Amino acid sequence: MAGEKSLVLLDFWVSPFGQRCRIALAEKGLEYEYSEQELLGTKSDLLLRSNPVHKKIPVLLHAGRPVNESLVILNYLDEAFPASPPLLPADPYARAQARFWAAYSDKVYEVGTRLWKLKGDAHGQAKKEMAEVLANLDGELGDKAFFSGDEFGFVDVALVPFAPWLPSYEKYGEFSVKEKWPRLDAWARRCGERESVAKSLHPPEKVDEFITLLKKHYGIE
Amino acid sequence: MAGEKKGLVLLDYWVSPFGQRCRIGLAEKGLEYEYSEQELLGDRSELLLRSNPVHKAVPVLLHDGRPVCESLLILHYLDEAFPNSPPLLPADPYARAQARFWAAYSDKVYEVGTRLWKLRGEEQARARDDMVEVLGNLDGELGDKAFFAGEAFGFVDLAVAPFTPWLPSYGRYGGFSVEREWPRLAAWARRCAGRESVAKSLQPPEKVDEYINVLKKHCGIND
Repeated sequence: MAGEKSLVLLDFWVSPFGQRCRIALAEKGLEYEYSEQELLGTKSDLLLRSNPVHKKIPVLLHAGRPVNESLVILNYLDEAFPASPPLLPADPYARAQARFWAAYSDKVYEVGTRLWKLKGDAHGQAKKEMAEVLANLDGELGDKAFFSGDEFGFVDVALVPFAPWLPSYEKYGEFSVKEKWPRLDAWARRCGERESVAKSLHPPEKVDEFITLLKKHYGIE
Repeated sequence: MAGEKKGLVLLDYWVSPFGQRCRIGLAEKGLEYEYSEQELLGDRSELLLRSNPVHKAVPVLLHDGRPVCESLLILHYLDEAFPNSPPLLPADPYARAQARFWAAYSDKVYEVGTRLWKLRGEEQARARDDMVEVLGNLDGELGDKAFFAGEAFGFVDLAVAPFTPWLPSYGRYGGFSVEREWPRLAAWARRCAGRESVAKSLQPPEKVDEYINVLKKHCGIND
């Protein structure tokens, strides 16, 4: 069947996890079909069949076979397409560090979600945790241009999709990334200049609109 | 840094299933290492805090003094840093992706299991429902195979096996029997326990149950 060898990405326009994959595919120069999925309404048969355990995007279909979880997809792209520019570094220890920080960056979204969803003590706890997460990331970045040094790489791909969410998190969390972690702020702008990133991310205003939509969906004031 | 130890050191805790994943992995690969029991309920050691400042958790693998954290990352690292030892992950990229997915998913057994013994009432009931879903998914993925990837013991088996001594306790708190509800999973657990690397690394269910009681006291849970 024509296109059996091809790549299809089941995704959702504003999903930062999907955007990780879009950025990776662009960085690696890989062609793929983007398939927008319904998430707030009824999920498609294809999605449910491809990811029966989590029923979530992103899902990468390669010759029809599904790969689930954004970071698993990123690892897979490096391994299935070894001739394309690698996302991960070559050295085993550097790879372990990259995987650690990429996985850790999930916390920005986890904790950020609690920031806009919760009130009272739970909200206060989320504020504390967000400060800790961003401080850890800022500390790991240090004075480097990108997380692994001079080159845009795995950790940058994993973390940058959360950048457009930060202004909203700042609003709900009452903090300023530029003030407290200026290096992280500069890094986000640096990444934003990269074509693969610019083409994959949505502006903060659209993300904030989406959060407002989600709040309505969950019945949150 | 002065006194940087050469070779492999595993910062671990006797009953930690995440640490046991690493112990099994090291044994399967025939790699020598120093086991370093850490204090977790009391004060954490300087070495642990320095090696894992973000999570302050075990396991941590030190290789010539450099720390690698998170059990599944440690297993990946062992494969990549010691390419001449028997690989834990399969060679094929798609098989590797499946193995990574299910190994990471199996963390849920511990997450949900912890909620089962910690919580009561409605929250405990929700944890029970979640555990039934998780074990059902694992059982479904195993199917009628001897091991998760087929005929041979592999990455997913290694990742999931350390949770098996916790299942009798989870079953008691959740009011289910793994043997009855998911006999294939129960048989698989026994099959894994017959493997030397696993048998040497795991604690018996009675010791795990004792430990859960210690944790309950530590958390101020009195029933």
